[in-house]
Amino acid sequence: MTPTASTTPRDRTHTRQDLDRLMARMTGDEKHGPAATSTLDALWVLYDQVLRVTPETAGSAERDRFLLSKGHGPMAYYAVLAAKGFMDEESLTGFGAYDSPLGHHPDRVLVPGVEIGSGSLGHGLPLAVGTALGLRAQGLDAPGVWVLIGDAELDEGSNHEAIAYAGAAGLERLHTLVIDNGSATHGWPGGIASRFQAAGWSAATVDGHDHGALYAAFTAPHPGRPRAVVARVEPKDA
Amino acid sequence: MDTMRDRFISTTTRLLDEDPRLALVLADISGDGFRPAARAHPDRVINVGIREQLMIGVGGGMALTGLRPVVHTFASFLVERPFEQIKLDFGHQGVGGVLVSAGASYDWPAGGFTHMAPGDVALLDTLDGWNVHVPGHPDEAEALLREAVPGDDRVYVRLSLQSNEQARPVDGTRFTAVREGRGGVVVAVGPMLDPVLAATGGMDVTVLYATTVRPFDASAVRRAAGRGSADVVIVEPYLAGTSTAAVNDALADVPHRVLGLGVARRELRRYGRMDEHLAAHGLDPAGLRGRIGRFLGDGARH
Repeated sequence: MTPTASTTPRDRTHTRQDLDRLMARMTGDEKHGPAATSTLDALWVLYDQVLRVTPETAGSAERDRFLLSKGHGPMAYYAVLAAKGFMDEESLTGFGAYDSPLGHHPDRVLVPGVEIGSGSLGHGLPLAVGTALGLRAQGLDAPGVWVLIGDAELDEGSNHEAIAYAGAAGLERLHTLVIDNGSATHGWPGGIASRFQAAGWSAATVDGHDHGALYAAFTAPHPGRPRAVVARVEPKDA
Repeated sequence: MDTMRDRFISTTTRLLDEDPRLALVLADISGDGFRPAARAHPDRVINVGIREQLMIGVGGGMALTGLRPVVHTFASFLVERPFEQIKLDFGHQGVGGVLVSAGASYDWPAGGFTHMAPGDVALLDTLDGWNVHVPGHPDEAEALLREAVPGDDRVYVRLSLQSNEQARPVDGTRFTAVREGRGGVVVAVGPMLDPVLAATGGMDVTVLYATTVRPFDASAVRRAAGRGSADVVIVEPYLAGTSTAAVNDALADVPHRVLGLGVARRELRRYGRMDEHLAAHGLDPAGLRGRIGRFLGDGARH
C-alpha cells in the first residue's frame, strides 16, 4: 500500500448517505434512473475503500486508474467524484447544459479525475488493457487499472478481444467490474463470470449493493491473472 | 532495395532501442519482422493477435499513460475496420499516436478487394488533427517515421510497395517543386511522382511533390498557381478526389479549376499485378498524360 492508500481516513466529509442528495442536484429528483443507481454502491465502495487516487494525486503516474466504460447514466459517477472532492458540488447543477463540463456521457478533457471520455460502448476495456500495458512498460507495477462495463456492453466484440488477450497475457493489475442488470438482449447463458474464467481471468459474482461483499471481491488476491467482479443489481426493467 | 515496410521494421526496431517512450502494437501482421524487437523489449512490443479493435484501443490506452504508440497492420484493418476506435480512442481522448499501414490501394492485387484500402485517407479526413504522410520511397518513409515518433500528435504513415526510383528530401510539412512551368500545376502525391513526371514530359507545367498531405500545404499550391486563374491537377495513389476540397480551399480567392485523379470508387473486381491496376485506374503514364493534357489543354503545350 502506498501512502495514498484509501484505508487512511480522508478529509472528505461525505458519506454514502450524501450521494442521493448529490445526485438530486443533477436530476432534480431523489429518485433516479436505473442506469445511474445500479452503479452507485459499487462505485462508492471503489472510490471510498479501494482506489488509491485523490484529487491531489489525480495527475500522479502512481495513481490507480478508474475507467468508466459504460458512460451512460453517469450521475452516480459524478456524485461520487463530487463527494470525493474531484469537483465542486456546485458544478453538478449544470448537468448536461451547454456551459457544463458534465455531459450525459463523461469527457476526460472536461472533468478532473475522469480517465476516459466514454459513451460509445466497448472502448473502455481495450483502453484499460492498453493502460495496464503502458504502466507495466514503464515499471509502474503498483497502480491498479479498473474499468466498469455493463452486461449489455459485454455484447460488444471489442470487449471479447480484450478479455481474450488480457487473460492470455496475465494482466494482473487489470480489473473489470461488470454491472449486471440483465439488460443484454440475448443474455449470458452460463453466467458472465464464466466467460472471463474461460479466458483465464479470476472472477467472482456478488450482490451489487452489498458493500462488504463488493469490498471483499474487489480486494481478493488474483496472482498472475486479471480480475473480473460481476455485480448483480436489480434488472433494468424491474 | 528494401520496401517501405522493410524499412519501417528496421527503423522502428532501432527507435525502440533508442527511445524508452516508444511502444509498438501489432495484430500479427509484420510479427515475424519484429520478432527481435519483441525479444529485446517484451513490454513495449505488443502483439494482440488478430484483434484490430483491441489494437487501436491498446494504442490509445498506452498513450494515456504517456507512451508513444506506433500501431501497425494493413491499411484496411488499421483504418477501416476499427475506425470508430481511431476516432474515440485517440481523438476524443485527446491523445496521439502513429498509425503505420501497409498494403495501400493495391499492393497485393492478387489478394483482391479485401486487402485494398483506397479510401483510407478520405476516411481519416473526416477526423480532426491527423497528419498524413504518403512517402514515395523507403528513404522518405524512414525520414517521415523518424519525424513522427518524437511528437505527441496524431500521425498516419501510409506505406506502399509502389515507389519512385529516387528518394527526395522530405521535411514532414511542405510540398516541393520538382519542375517549373506556366501552363498549370500538377501535384503528385508520394509514389505517383514518377508516373506524373513521365506523363508530363514536354508539358509546360509545374510539378509539385507532396509526401505530407495533411496538413495540406496550401501556400505551396497558391505560390505555384501564381496570381491569375489557376488550373490544378492532383494525382493521389488512393481514392480520386480525396484532396480536391483542400486544393479548392487553397485557391478560394482566385478563379480556378481542379482535377482530382486517383483510384476509382468502383470496385474493379480484378486480380493480377499492380501495373495492371494502375493502368485500369488511368494512373499509368499514358493514362495520366491523356487526362492531364485534356484538362490543361493548350496552356500546357510548349
